[in-house]
Amino acid sequence: MTSFHVPQLASFILSPPPELCFADVTFSHEDKVLLGPCSFTLQGPGPTLVMGPNGAGKSLLLRLSHGLLFPTQGRITWSGEVCPRQAMVFQHPVLLRRSAVANLIHALAVNNVPRRARVKLAHDALERFGLTACCNTPARVLSGGEQQRLALARAWVLSPQVLFLDEPTSALDPAAIKAVEAAVQEFHQRGTRIVMTTHDLHQAKRLAGDILFLSGGKVREHTPAEIFFDRPVSREAQAYIAGELVE
Amino acid sequence: MENNAFYVALTLLLNLDASLFQIVALSLQVSLLAVLIAALLGFPLGAAVAIWRFPGRGGMTVVLNALMGLPPVVAGLVVYLLLSRAGPLGEWGLLFTPGAMILAQVVLVLPILAALSRQKVEELLGEYREQFVSLGMSSSRMMPTLLWDARFALLTVLLAGFGRASAEVGAVMMVGGNIDGVTRVMTTSIVLETGKGNLPLALGLGIVLLTLVMLINAGAYLVGELTRRRVG
Repeated sequence: MTSFHVPQLASFILSPPPELCFADVTFSHEDKVLLGPCSFTLQGPGPTLVMGPNGAGKSLLLRLSHGLLFPTQGRITWSGEVCPRQAMVFQHPVLLRRSAVANLIHALAVNNVPRRARVKLAHDALERFGLTACCNTPARVLSGGEQQRLALARAWVLSPQVLFLDEPTSALDPAAIKAVEAAVQEFHQRGTRIVMTTHDLHQAKRLAGDILFLSGGKVREHTPAEIFFDRPVSREAQAYIAGELVE
Repeated sequence: MENNAFYVALTLLLNLDASLFQIVALSLQVSLLAVLIAALLGFPLGAAVAIWRFPGRGGMTVVLNALMGLPPVVAGLVVYLLLSRAGPLGEWGLLFTPGAMILAQVVLVLPILAALSRQKVEELLGEYREQFVSLGMSSSRMMPTLLWDARFALLTVLLAGFGRASAEVGAVMMVGGNIDGVTRVMTTSIVLETGKGNLPLALGLGIVLLTLVMLINAGAYLVGELTRRRVG
C-alpha cells in the first residue's frame, strides 16, 4: 500500500514475512455484527488458508486485513514500523481495459516505479506466469485462467510482502487451478506472507501451512494444517471436515 | 427541378459553392472547437464528481443532469449578457464573432459531457474501486485511469455533445448574429433562407448538414468499433 523503489525490492526476501495481528476486531454493518470479535496473530511461515462456510466472514477478514475495510472496533496491526507492501487477488480478477502488459505497466506506474524499469519488470512477470504469448492481447479477452494468472503477475511485479487471495480458483478448471497454485507457491518461496481463502479442502491440504477456520463471523480455530485436518479442535471444524453442513 | 431540395443540395455541393463551403467550414470549426473545449473541462469535471465524495455532490449531479436540457436560447442569452458591451466580459469584444458562438456552445455542451461522463465513470469505478484501493491509488491518480478505460463510452458521449452543438441554432443566432461571411453557420442559414421563403435552398442546406453529421458519426463509430473489437 506504500510506494516503493526498485533497489529495495530484494531486501525483504531474506527477512521473515511480516506478522499480522488482530486484536478484538469487530466489523459491523447497520448494527449487525458480521465479523468478530476476533483476535489472532499470523506469524508462522504460512501459507495461511482461511476456511469456513459461506457467510462465515472469510472475505471480510481479508478485506479488513488488506485495508479495503476498516474495523468497527479493535485494532489490526503489522509487525515492523511501516505497513508492509501488500497486494490482493480477487475471485474475479479486475483487469483494466487494455493489453496484458499495459495492465502490469499501469500497476508499476501507480507505485512510482521509474518509467525505464517498468517494461522489463512487466515482461519478466509475464514470462514467469507463462503469459508472454498474450503480452499484447487485451486483458479482457484472455481466458479465465489467463486473467487470474495476469492478476497474479500484477501482484508479482509489486513485490508484495503480503499477498491476499480471495478464492482465486473458484471459477477455474483443474489445469488453471494448478497454474494458480504453482504461482502461489512461488510467492511463498519468495518470502511473501500468503493469506488465502478457499472452499476446497483438497486445495487447502496442498497449500496450507496453517488454517484459520471461521464460522458465524468468529474464528473457531487457528492451527497448523496437519493438526487441522487430522484432529481439529473445534466442533465446527470437525463437522466441516467431516462434510457436514455447517452454518 | 430547381425547386427540388435534393437537386439544390447536390448543385450546391457539385458547384463547390464558395459561400456554402465557408458556412460549412465555420459550422464545423465552431462546433468541433466547442466540443473539444467542453470535453477538456467536462470529462475531468464528470470524473471528479464520480470519484470524490464532497458536500453538495448530490446537488451537483442533479444540476448537471438538469442542465443537459438547458434551452439553447437561454444559454445564448446568458452568453449575450456576459459579452455585451455593458457585461462583465464586454471588453473582450467577442460578441458577434465566432468566439462568442464557441463560448455559447461550450455552455450548452459542457453539462452533457460532464453529466454523462460522470455516469460512465461512476459505473466503471464501482467495478474497479477495490482493485484501485488495493493498488494504493489516490483519488486523483484514479481519474486518468478511469477516463482512459471509459474511452469507448466517452466517445459516444462526445458524439452526443457534438450532435447538440451542430444542431442548435438559438444560441449561435443570438451571440453570433448570423452575419454573412463572419458568423453565418448552417443552422442560422437555414433559418434565414426559410424566413426568406427560399425553401429549396433551406432544405438543401439541411440535407448537407445532416449528411455531414452522419459522416462524422459514422467515422467515430467505425473508429470506436474497430478499437473496441481489438481491446475487448
